[in-house]
Amino acid sequence: MFKQKKFIVSHAPFWHIGSGIPERNYNMIIAALPAVLMGFTVFGIPAVGVIALSVAFAVLWELAVNYVSKRPYTVADGHAIYIGLIFGMVMPATVPWWLILVGTFLAIVIGKEIFGGIGSNPFNAVALAYAILLVSWGIHLDFNAKLANYTFDFPAAYPIAALQAFGPSATEPFSLLGMFMGQQVGGIGSVCGIAIVLGGVYLILRGFIRWEISVSFVVGVFVTAFLFNVYNPAVYGAPLFHLVTGYTLIGAFFLATDDGSSPVNFIPMLIYGALGGVLTVLIRNIGSYVDGVFFAILLINVVNPVLDKIRPKALGKVA
Amino acid sequence: MIQRPFFNFSKPRFDYELFTKALPQLVPVPQPKFVTLLIDSPLGNRDPKFIKVGDSVKTGQRLLLAENDTAAAVSTVTGKIDAFSEFAGNYGKMFTAITIAVSGSEETDDQFAQLGGDLSMADLSAFLSTAPGRPPFELLMDPEKTIETIVIYGGDTDVLIGTNQYALKTRTGELQKGISALKKASGIENVILAVPGESFQSYDAHFNADVRNVPAEYPYAGSQMILHHLLQKPAADGKAPEDHGVCFMRAEAVISIGRAVADKRIPLEKLVTIVAKNGEQKIVSAKIGTLMGDVLNAVNITVDDGDRIILGGPMTGFAIYTETHPIEPDTDAIMIQDASDISFSSDYPCINCGDCIRICPANISVNMLVRFLEAGQYDDAVNLYDLYSCVDCGLCSYVCVSRIPILQYIKLAKHELSRISEAEETNV
Ligand code: SF4
Ligand code: SF4
Repeated sequence: MFKQKKFIVSHAPFWHIGSGIPERNYNMIIAALPAVLMGFTVFGIPAVGVIALSVAFAVLWELAVNYVSKRPYTVADGHAIYIGLIFGMVMPATVPWWLILVGTFLAIVIGKEIFGGIGSNPFNAVALAYAILLVSWGIHLDFNAKLANYTFDFPAAYPIAALQAFGPSATEPFSLLGMFMGQQVGGIGSVCGIAIVLGGVYLILRGFIRWEISVSFVVGVFVTAFLFNVYNPAVYGAPLFHLVTGYTLIGAFFLATDDGSSPVNFIPMLIYGALGGVLTVLIRNIGSYVDGVFFAILLINVVNPVLDKIRPKALGKVA
Repeated sequence: MIQRPFFNFSKPRFDYELFTKALPQLVPVPQPKFVTLLIDSPLGNRDPKFIKVGDSVKTGQRLLLAENDTAAAVSTVTGKIDAFSEFAGNYGKMFTAITIAVSGSEETDDQFAQLGGDLSMADLSAFLSTAPGRPPFELLMDPEKTIETIVIYGGDTDVLIGTNQYALKTRTGELQKGISALKKASGIENVILAVPGESFQSYDAHFNADVRNVPAEYPYAGSQMILHHLLQKPAADGKAPEDHGVCFMRAEAVISIGRAVADKRIPLEKLVTIVAKNGEQKIVSAKIGTLMGDVLNAVNITVDDGDRIILGGPMTGFAIYTETHPIEPDTDAIMIQDASDISFSSDYPCINCGDCIRICPANISVNMLVRFLEAGQYDDAVNLYDLYSCVDCGLCSYVCVSRIPILQYIKLAKHELSRISEAEETNV
C-alpha cells in the first residue's frame, strides 16, 4: 500500500523549548568572565595561572570520576569548567598549585560527584571546598599574609579583615566606589563588584539564575549590616561596605544561586537568600571567621530541603 | 514551536487554536481503496463462522467479531473484508483491525434508519459509539457510575488543533439537535457547553445547554481543569471524571448524534486537523478508517524517513510508525514534524533549575516528583508530591533543561498505579 518508511517514534511532548544544560553552563561561564578579567588586571599573571590551573584540574577530576565510575564523559557540558572557574575566582592570586589541586578535588569529587553529579549536590561545591580548605590550610587563604609582596595603588589590606580587627575607623582609607570597581584585595574574581553584578544581571535576565535568591541575599546582607551599624556604628561597619567587600556579591550571584543546592519555590527562595545574607553578616560581625559568606551558604544549603517544602497547594488538593 | 527567547524572564504561554480570524477551507479526502476499522476486542475473539475474509459489508453496517461480542465498529464503506489483523494500541492494549477493500457501488445498511421514534441510549450506543468524535455512551450507560453532568467541550485538547472549534463554528444546528437527543436519551438535564475564549458568550439562548467560557490558554480548558475550576470538584484523587459524576464529550461527538438523528444516517466522516511541517493547519474530512497515507496524499504532504507523524497535538499526541495507521473516531489531528525539528530527550538527571515548577499549571513540585518517579516510588509520588494533580499537559517536559521525559514518567506511573488498583479490586 505505502512504501514503509522509518519514522521517529517517541513520546509527547514533541516540542522542546530548546534550552539545555551545556547552554546554561556556558552562559554562566560567560557571565563570570568580566569579573575574572578584572581580577587579571588587578593581580596580573599569577591570577591567570590560578584560574587556568583551577579550570584544568576541575576538568581532570571530573574526567577521572567519569572514568573510574564508568559513566559517560560529562566534561563537555561545561559544569566542571564552571566550578573550576568559580573556585579560581575565590582564591587569592598567590595560592600554591597543590592547594588548587586539593580544592578542585574537594569541589568536583566531594562536592558534586559523590552525591550523584550535577543537580544532586546538597552543598554548593565551591563553598564546600573553600570551607574545608579554610579550616585545614587557612593561612594560604589569608589575603593579608599572602599578598604582602604585591604593590597596589589602593590600600593593600583585606577590607573586611581590617574592619574586624580595627573597627569601622580602619576602613576609612577604602573608597566604596573604588572597591566596587575592583580596587581592593580579595579573591581573583571577587574583587570587582560591578563586573559580578553585571554578570549576575545578565544571568537573571536570561533566566539562568533565580533573581529571588540573589536579591534577597543582597537585601539580607544590607538590612542586617544596617541594623548592626545603627546599633553601634563605632564597632560595626556600614551596610554598603559589607556589600562590596569580601565574597558578598559573588556569593549572592554565583554561589547561593547554584541550582542543585538552592530552593525553587518562590517563598523558600526569598527566605533562603535572606537567611544567607543575615548569616553572612552575623558571622562577620560576631563570629571568629573573617568572611562569613561560605559558611552562611553552607548553612542555608542545609536548610534548603526543609524550606522547599513550603509550596503552593497542588491542583485539587484541599488540606 | 515557541523557542526560548534570548531574555527569558517570563514563562512561555500557549493558546488553543480558536480560528479567530478566518475558518480554514474544508478539504474532502476522496474515497480510499481500502479502509481499516478498529474493534476494541482482541483478534482471538473472532468467530470464523460469524465473520470472515471475503464477506460483503455495506456502508453503515455494524461489524462484530462474534455474535455476542460487545465491541463493534460501523463500516464506513461498501466492499469486501480483505483481512483481519492484530493491532496494538497504547500500553499494549490489543485491538482487531478489519481491512475492507472498497467496491465501486455504494449500498447503505438500513438498520439504523429503521429505528423509529426517539432514539434510546441502547440505540445510540449500538450505532454511534464509533461515530466521529467517539461519543462515550459506555460511560453514560455504566450502571456503576451515576453521571449527573455532561460537559461538551467545544475546544480541542491540545494546541494547534482546530477540529472541535471548526465543528462548533460550522455545525451549530446539528450541535443543537444533538444536545436535545442526548438529553432525551440519557435523561441528564445538566449539560454544559464549555467553550474556550470569549467568542461564544452570546450563544446561550440557542443551545439547550449552559454555555460557559473556559480560558483560551493551554491547558486551562483540559478536563481536569474544568472539573476543578468550573465544577469545583476536588479533582486530584486519581479518579476519572466519570467517578465524580461528570462525563466529557467532544462537540464533534454531539454533532454526530445530531446529524444521525436529522439524516437518519450514521455519520461517517471525521474532521481532522492536519498540521504540516511548517505549522500550517488544514481541516480535512475523511471517512473513518482512511489510512494516514491517503489523507496526507489528499493534502499533498509527503513524509520522509526520519520525520515524525503524530496523532494529536504537539504536547499530548502519540507518534505512530506507519502510514497505514487508520483515522479513528477520535483522531482529531495529524501533525507532521520534520526530521530537523525533532528534539530528543537526554539521560541527564534533574539539575533542579525550577523551570518546570514555574510553568506547571497544577502547582506540582515537578523537580521532586520526577526524582520519585525515576526511582519507581509511585506511592510517595502520589502522597508526597501530588502525582494525581497532574493534568498531563506536558509543559514540564517542554521546558525541562535536562530534557527529561517527565510526562512519559508521569503517564507510566499513572498507568502502573491504575493496574495495581484494578488488580486489587478484582482480588477482593
Ligand atoms: S504534565 Fe507537568 S506541567 Fe503539566 S500538570 Fe503535569 S506535572 Fe504539571
Ligand atoms: S525543568 Fe527539568 S531539570 Fe529543571 S527542575 Fe524541572 S525536572 Fe529538573
